[in-house]
Amino acid sequence: MQEHNSGAGFALTSAQTPGSTKPDPILIADNIVRQFGGLTAVNVNHLEIQRGSITALIGPNGAGKTTFFNLLTGYDSPNSGTWSFNGKALNGIPPHKVARLGMVRTFQLTKALYRLTVLENMLLGAKQQKGESVLLSVFPWIWRAQEEAIRVKAVSILKNFKLIDKQDDFAAALSGGQRKLLEMARALMVEPEMVMLDEPMAGVNPALKQSLLEHIKELRNEGKTVLFVEHDMDMVHEISDWVIVMAQGEIIAEGTPSTVMGNAQVIEAYLGAHHDADLSSEEA
Amino acid sequence: MDFLFVIQQTLSATLGVNAIIFALAAIGLNMHFGYTGLLNFGQAGFLAIGAYSVAVPVISFGLSLWVAFLIGIFNSIIFALLLGVPTLRLRADYLAIVTIAFAEIVRQVARSATFNDSLGGSDGITGKFGKEFFDLNPFKGGLAIPILRFNGNDLWVVITGWILVAIITFIMWIMVNSPWGRVMRAIREDEDAVRSLGKNVYLYKMQSLIIGGAIGSIAGFVYALSRQSVQPDNYGTALTFFAYTVLILGGAARVFAPIVGAMIFWFLIVFIEQILREGVSSNLIPDWLIGVNQVGQIRFMLMGLGLMLLMIFRPQGIFGDKKELALDARA
Repeated sequence: MQEHNSGAGFALTSAQTPGSTKPDPILIADNIVRQFGGLTAVNVNHLEIQRGSITALIGPNGAGKTTFFNLLTGYDSPNSGTWSFNGKALNGIPPHKVARLGMVRTFQLTKALYRLTVLENMLLGAKQQKGESVLLSVFPWIWRAQEEAIRVKAVSILKNFKLIDKQDDFAAALSGGQRKLLEMARALMVEPEMVMLDEPMAGVNPALKQSLLEHIKELRNEGKTVLFVEHDMDMVHEISDWVIVMAQGEIIAEGTPSTVMGNAQVIEAYLGAHHDADLSSEEA
Repeated sequence: MDFLFVIQQTLSATLGVNAIIFALAAIGLNMHFGYTGLLNFGQAGFLAIGAYSVAVPVISFGLSLWVAFLIGIFNSIIFALLLGVPTLRLRADYLAIVTIAFAEIVRQVARSATFNDSLGGSDGITGKFGKEFFDLNPFKGGLAIPILRFNGNDLWVVITGWILVAIITFIMWIMVNSPWGRVMRAIREDEDAVRSLGKNVYLYKMQSLIIGGAIGSIAGFVYALSRQSVQPDNYGTALTFFAYTVLILGGAARVFAPIVGAMIFWFLIVFIEQILREGVSSNLIPDWLIGVNQVGQIRFMLMGLGLMLLMIFRPQGIFGDKKELALDARA
């Protein structure tokens, strides 16, 4: 357990079995099934996400991780199942309302808003803006003070994410890694309780990767919950308190990073059942 | 060759009624397409609704013209809702198809024999439904100076029309530079990202459709009033595409683009026509090359050529930013 660097210390108290209960879950999902024609993409019996933790969702390609993300955040609807966030049922809740409730996501294919500047991308994230109402938009004196307050906040986050020099550039002018940073920074403008990151490290260079990791850890220090999908095992090892493994739509294991990485079922899911068997002996 | 006459005709068209109509239609499209990314190919439908809404209540029901204006705005909102509810959840290209159909349905219903009594069938409506408006005209004598010429009614439409364009453009300018406008531009870039930040994208797209449609119906008011008649076949798809030409000529997502685009559009059409006409009638252009009767067609050919050159050498339009346009390719 030494390599496990949980700051919260709760992880060790939960049973390391699929669908185990947690002391203070922020997200609870039950019997979530999503089928595409004959293919069952997601089939999750029970899942709880611990409040204030960094939880990694891993699994081989096609395991249903992103589909599961889409279901939880309202971008797709399951064939059956119930799930709740902070005790509020989310069935049939559209994505923008899920975000307003405090669960904000990013996307696997980064969705920076290209022809808006970096700063405009950030300003867009703030909630309950008076100037976003069609009727109030024509009276700038009503929303100008609020806009200024939002700008101050956006600038401070941009400084923290080292994007401040780019604030007046179009988002399209950023590199792939910087766009990932911007997307995460923009999500923070919504003041979420839980951040869902879909492959935050994909295509990010090693230097930027380290900075992204620090930002994710910072989220936990601020008391936010993080759930992220990732393929980069080093990253999973380094920052996650808890790891959930999906394969073929189901959750096959969960636990601390070190336990899960040693789990025979997990190795089998990733590498196949007979990965360590000699080819000739298999034929025999 | 009478150059003064060419200049007079050209300038009068550049500042004339048609330029106002196309400027207003394109302002509406700018809201839809330029700022929100809604590919509305049915703007002519909104103009038709506006035009019929000022003519029918006055002629058939004896209502005041001012009431008719309100009815026109109300109708455009209703039609925008009817159009938006089923289509705004669709992808952009589907919206384009549905809006073309919408405009054609409006036109075909208007010209159908079923509503001959109230809408006048394919002949449309002609009558003095604009009387209340023209009675207010302090410039009944019109304007006739060497470089500009309007009759009394046209002068009144032109003056009130450009004032209206200025007011609407000013309001648009405030709106698109507000946080509301920021949400609109963000929706144009990526709807799903905007949803993930807690914005109700559907509601915003509906607002865009209604505002742009209402401005389109105001263009219809001007169209109907200036001619004191409404002809259904004036509101075909060509009208929509000319309005798009005006918008792209000026540069999409720029507040002044529709105004300047409309002026350039009418400047070019009339200037080319007048030059050709003068040239033919004074035998500077030989008869075997262009006959008098071919001028009307050839001006559109030259206009088309000019637009092609514009798209090749200045695809961002007059006001656009080429760098910004290029970002799209990377997206």
